Amino acid sequence: MKLGLVIDLDTCVGCHACAVACKQWNTSGTTGPLTDYDPYGREPSGVWFNRIRNFEVDEYPNSKTINTPMSCMHCDDAACVTVCPTGASYKREEDGIVLVDQSKCMGCNLCAWACPYGARELDEDQGVMKKCTLCVDRIYDENLPKDERQPVCVLTCPTHARFFGDFDDPDSQVSSLVRERGGYAMMPELGYKPVNKYLPPRQRPASPMMEKREGGEKESLIGKWMKRQKDAFNSLGKGTH
Amino acid sequence: MHPALSVIFFTVTAGAGYGVLFLLGLARLTRLTPEASPDQVTAMALVGLLLVTVGLLSSTLHLANPRNAWRSFTRFKTSWLSREAVFAVLFYPVCLIWLLFEWFTGNTVATNVSGVLTSMLAIVVLVCTAMIYASLKTIRQWHTALTPFNFVLLGLLLGALILNLMLAQQGLTSDALEVVSLVLLLLAGMVKIIYFYWIGQPAGPTINTALGFTRATVRLLDVGHSSDTFHTKEFGYQVERIRLIWLRAISVGLAFVIPLLIVTGLFGPVNLPTMLLAVGSAYAGVLVERWLFFAEARHVVNLYHGAQRT
Repeated sequence: MKLGLVIDLDTCVGCHACAVACKQWNTSGTTGPLTDYDPYGREPSGVWFNRIRNFEVDEYPNSKTINTPMSCMHCDDAACVTVCPTGASYKREEDGIVLVDQSKCMGCNLCAWACPYGARELDEDQGVMKKCTLCVDRIYDENLPKDERQPVCVLTCPTHARFFGDFDDPDSQVSSLVRERGGYAMMPELGYKPVNKYLPPRQRPASPMMEKREGGEKESLIGKWMKRQKDAFNSLGKGTH
Repeated sequence: MHPALSVIFFTVTAGAGYGVLFLLGLARLTRLTPEASPDQVTAMALVGLLLVTVGLLSSTLHLANPRNAWRSFTRFKTSWLSREAVFAVLFYPVCLIWLLFEWFTGNTVATNVSGVLTSMLAIVVLVCTAMIYASLKTIRQWHTALTPFNFVLLGLLLGALILNLMLAQQGLTSDALEVVSLVLLLLAGMVKIIYFYWIGQPAGPTINTALGFTRATVRLLDVGHSSDTFHTKEFGYQVERIRLIWLRAISVGLAFVIPLLIVTGLFGPVNLPTMLLAVGSAYAGVLVERWLFFAEARHVVNLYHGAQRT
């Protein structure tokens, strides 16, 4: 089994709900707490397993905003595991999840240096490295209803931009999504074979641009009213009553 | 990369110690210090061992959870950090056996064999330390064969200069060691300058490959966090370009140029005060060099924080 996530960059709206849900679940989960520093102060900071950044691709007027949630990619060839001197970092044989055994970690940061995706964060209070567990304490929990045995980020996504499944199974939802939508890995050139895949935005015709027309057209009632309001606003304070 | 002072001090100081012990381990075979008595060799080696020990102790300071440091001996098969830890500890008994032979039997076969073993282990530890950095594909400024060359050459250079100083302090001279120091000064300086040019070439991942949008420009709109994170603190460290250039010049001047002028005798005869100046200058220069090694390294995570390239 090769468990991982597919994230749809076409539908992700960058709302951070996955990150918040992740924080909520995992702070009381097996690798919790996700320590916060100065949470109610001027510079609140802390440990997160999932971070969302917003980018603009291409130039206006052809530009598009891309929201990229990023968490551990559970790489096939995980450098964070091989560089770990204590054996605290490990990749599970049975499902490929990369985990940190916090009782073994000495907090040397080398795994975070080796990770290109910024998936690992040191908990400065506990002195150990923390990272996404793919909600290993949810997905195998038989006390949960079957359709809830998924990472909490996937369950919570309001635009259904996140999918969880087995990439070794060619018929799984994640495998077919990657196949059909051209799912790709981020920064593949480093050779770590990240398991998580991203679906590129779908091709759509560019939306027509509104252009001002010179006279001719009949103005609607609401248009006339808005124009009057605008003129009145513009003449404010100019002494013409 | 954030330049952690404990790691900078560790790599420079322990490197100098391993340099001293490498040269002393071979000193009898290569007649580097022909007049030194067993007592003197042992005393100088103990100074080297002290440098190594102080350095190694300082290296534990950057651990967030040093209680688990003993576990770092367990992943020898894959981790360069684990290899460094194993060889650094293995070094002590080998070195002490050599020193016992040296002290009690003087210049014998047993001394030479254990001395060569000590020298080899000293180089192995230096290479392991360097490979911790050189093995990281995420930092292109480190992921080069120049990194282990730099670490080994600078360790040997500091070792040679410190050994010169200790010989001068005991009223001994060694022309061979002065030649070795000269060669090391030129070689280490050259490799460092090649390194500065090497990392100046654009290479490695860009913001486009990082996000998979390779046919258009990509720029960061919002980084998603409102204050510092572990990643901005650890990897976001950046120095002004003009300051970098100055610091490079200072490190090359202190580490290579001033010691070169002193060792070639341009500042008068090579004696205790001038050698003291040479060692102080080189040590300070290599500290700046090591600081730059971290400060100039650009981790690929910065691409997700808006950097266009590393």
